[in-house]
Amino acid sequence: MSVTAIHDDHHDHGPTKGFMRWVTTTNHKDIGTLYLVFSLAMFMVGGAMALVIRAELFEPGMQFVDPLFFNSMTTLHALIMVFGAVMPAFAGLANWMIPMMIGSPDMALPRLNNWSFWLLPFAAVMLVSTLFMDGGAAAAGWTLYPPLSLQAGASFPFTIFTIHILGISSIMAAINIIVTILNMRAPGMTLMKMPLFVWTWLITAFLLIAIMPVFAGAVTMLLTDKFFGTSFFNAAGGGDPVLYQHLFWFFGHPEVYVLILPSFGIVSQIIPTFARKPLFGYSSMVYATASIGFLSFVVWAHHQYTVGMPVEGELYFTYATMLIAVPTGVKVFNWMSTMWQGAMTFEAPMLWAIAFVVLFTMGGFTGLMMAISPADLQYHDTYFIVAHFHYVLVSGAVFAIIAAVYYWLPKWTGVMYDERLANLHFWLTTISVNVCFFPQHFLGLAGMPRRIPDYALQFAEFNAWSSVGAFVFGFSQLILCYIVVKSMRGEGEKATDEVWEGASEHGLEWQLPSPAPYHTWEHSPHIH
Amino acid sequence: MKKLSALLAVSGLMGVGEVSADYTLNLTEGVTELSRDIHDLHMSIFWICVVIGILVYGMLAYSLVNHRKSKGVIPAQFHENTKLEILWTVIPFLILIGMAIPATKVMIKVYDTSGADMTIKVTGYQWKWKYEYLDEGVSFFSTLDAKSNQARQMNSGVDPTTVENYLLEVDHPLVVPVGKKIRFLFTGGDVIHSWWVPDLGWKKDTIPGFITDAWAKVEKAGTYRGQCTELCGRDHGFMPIVVIAKPEDEYKQWLAEQKGGRTPEEAEAANQDSEALTVASEGAHDQPSDKTSKVTEESADQQFAASSAGASKDDLMSLGQTVYEGHCLSCHQASGEGIDGMFPAIKGSAVANGPVSGHINLILNGKPPLMASFRNVLKPEEIAAVITYQRNALGNSTGDIVQASDVASHQ
Repeated sequence: MSVTAIHDDHHDHGPTKGFMRWVTTTNHKDIGTLYLVFSLAMFMVGGAMALVIRAELFEPGMQFVDPLFFNSMTTLHALIMVFGAVMPAFAGLANWMIPMMIGSPDMALPRLNNWSFWLLPFAAVMLVSTLFMDGGAAAAGWTLYPPLSLQAGASFPFTIFTIHILGISSIMAAINIIVTILNMRAPGMTLMKMPLFVWTWLITAFLLIAIMPVFAGAVTMLLTDKFFGTSFFNAAGGGDPVLYQHLFWFFGHPEVYVLILPSFGIVSQIIPTFARKPLFGYSSMVYATASIGFLSFVVWAHHQYTVGMPVEGELYFTYATMLIAVPTGVKVFNWMSTMWQGAMTFEAPMLWAIAFVVLFTMGGFTGLMMAISPADLQYHDTYFIVAHFHYVLVSGAVFAIIAAVYYWLPKWTGVMYDERLANLHFWLTTISVNVCFFPQHFLGLAGMPRRIPDYALQFAEFNAWSSVGAFVFGFSQLILCYIVVKSMRGEGEKATDEVWEGASEHGLEWQLPSPAPYHTWEHSPHIH
Repeated sequence: MKKLSALLAVSGLMGVGEVSADYTLNLTEGVTELSRDIHDLHMSIFWICVVIGILVYGMLAYSLVNHRKSKGVIPAQFHENTKLEILWTVIPFLILIGMAIPATKVMIKVYDTSGADMTIKVTGYQWKWKYEYLDEGVSFFSTLDAKSNQARQMNSGVDPTTVENYLLEVDHPLVVPVGKKIRFLFTGGDVIHSWWVPDLGWKKDTIPGFITDAWAKVEKAGTYRGQCTELCGRDHGFMPIVVIAKPEDEYKQWLAEQKGGRTPEEAEAANQDSEALTVASEGAHDQPSDKTSKVTEESADQQFAASSAGASKDDLMSLGQTVYEGHCLSCHQASGEGIDGMFPAIKGSAVANGPVSGHINLILNGKPPLMASFRNVLKPEEIAAVITYQRNALGNSTGDIVQASDVASHQ
């Protein structure tokens, strides 16, 4: 450590001052911060849209919005949360942490890094601007199934262009992460010594490179169907609307693992630290992640059990999908075994990580139920599905991101957050997220379809509960914003370099000063 | 603001609770063999999850309570156990095989549509269903009933909780016999829809240009309700499904009424072209519970009587309004103002105020991909009526009267 500090004095490349620092920066920490701030802003925008949905669904009857606008809200809520909030948050965490965790001075491709971030705000503005176009924003769901998506108004090409930009940004970020991990590790940091967060991101990055072009291709085919007279998805011209669904879900299923694998990595960092024990089954964690990554490519049509595939297809996708439960189970058992006979403390990051394990497992159970194709003939496109994917994406991916923020925030800012406020944030969020999404299981089983703006009377109670939960959940996130802003202003108790008791045994980042200097690991650390 | 504050008030919850219908927590067992099989699968996988859940959450809870630093625990340092890891890979795998076997059996049964006693073709349209009894020459459209449709409009002033079967009632339910294996064929008229009645046990997508199939053998007479479950545009939430299962003899009687409720020529025409039947003439069989179907029935009858001489403007306007509400309103809106950028206005439009022939052409041929062709959906007299209505209402006043013969000459 002392060696690094002496050398830092010799070439002091501090950041340039003012706004241009953020526009022109090629520093992985600056870009990480940009990603994370952008993600938080989008989380609030997408969340506001969710609250429009839940306000309309609070009671039977149409009270606030036109059904078409309601459909735009469900569509944009999903697109913004997936591409604007969760993915950029992971990219931000990767930027900040991967170089620090593998002992590298920066990302391998810093200018590309800058560009892949700066595409995002423009894409986001363009996507939101479609709300003000003739015919309103895209309203066919984030899946954009034709022929319905082809009925869109002026917003259609803009929506597709947005997807292209987001895709380019993701691919560049993925390339950068792969190149960094494979080339920039400190001597002695073999692949099988890498922290789990780095491993999961490496696999995620390969998934991204494989799937984003497929999505780009599929939406481009939509574009030519609409404007250039092709008939990829139109039976009258020899095409097939279901072809789009296969292309979409070939992208879409690995995509949901893009949203969850880095979460697995985060939780695998946090639990050992607060259990004061090494991670149980490190290599089986790596293999399980790789298996999940592989299986994610061969199960896509389980989103399409009702389109009338041949029965052999239904059965194949049933078996393949059920298989995913095995490596996922291994991960959950490993986390439990890591906690077993540990000496646990329950600071905010650990609380969120434990909630992740509990609630993600809930989502895993419903996922297993849905894998059973005959049963899915009932569950498909109901609120049961909505409950399932919000358990894995909100109390899964989002909880992991929040856990990561609390875990590394002292390292980023040099100050401790307010533990009491963080506890309040945790309990409000965890209780409300369950009030919001748990009743949706019942709604789905009782027969409520998803994506409807109004419903029959027997669904009223649970929808009211769900809406109350959603509003409490939404407003609780203001606490997170407050905590983050306060830390960014440097207010709070000074953090130690190790931050968490014994953390220096759990990763290179804890051997650096807090806050982490603008340049770190200019000289490679020695890994034993 | 009042709504918003109610939203956050817990008292609001109780208010909703008092007036709503009975809710359920679990999947229905339904009334077919398939729905029971699927319910059984659902319950077995559910209980498997419950047992695993109790074990996993139990271990976790034990660990969280006992393995705390505050209890002075010295952390163990073990980090692998090959036997254990093999065990918890193999056991889940065996459980999965145990689930896959019954699931396979049920799925094969779901796909076995052979040996059906009758076939019903279901076509999904934005936003209504068309049912065709292929062997009987009977067909009709089924749309959201008038009361629900009125109550669900924004600021309708109608409290949905006062509407019976709110959003789950249609004007013309699908009637099926009990104890017969019915093969359903599905296709979409415009976009993809999905036909779901939970009591039958499955849903099936209706895909434009393709036919999918499924089957059901209803075991118990009764009324079974469902909804469209594939997002299909603005009124996706407002195209319910009602299936009434009747004993064989009552079903036969109902079928005879469908065929006998018309003039012999019409029944003949119906047999030749099942598409040519209409919502209006189907109104006769139902309990005439709502005003709309009565009006339809009468005006349709008058229409037939006067068809050679030409219908009066009043009759055309009245039938036209009914047709408008059933087929046009969901896109072009009650006011005829459409939705900016998606569905053009009829009010003051060049088509509705220009030459009659252009107007007839548009309705006969539609305007892909948004507007379907109504050539095979509506009868000439209905097309004439709705054109007359559109040209003399909704803010238009051309004074034109269009007769069925005018439409027929365009066919």
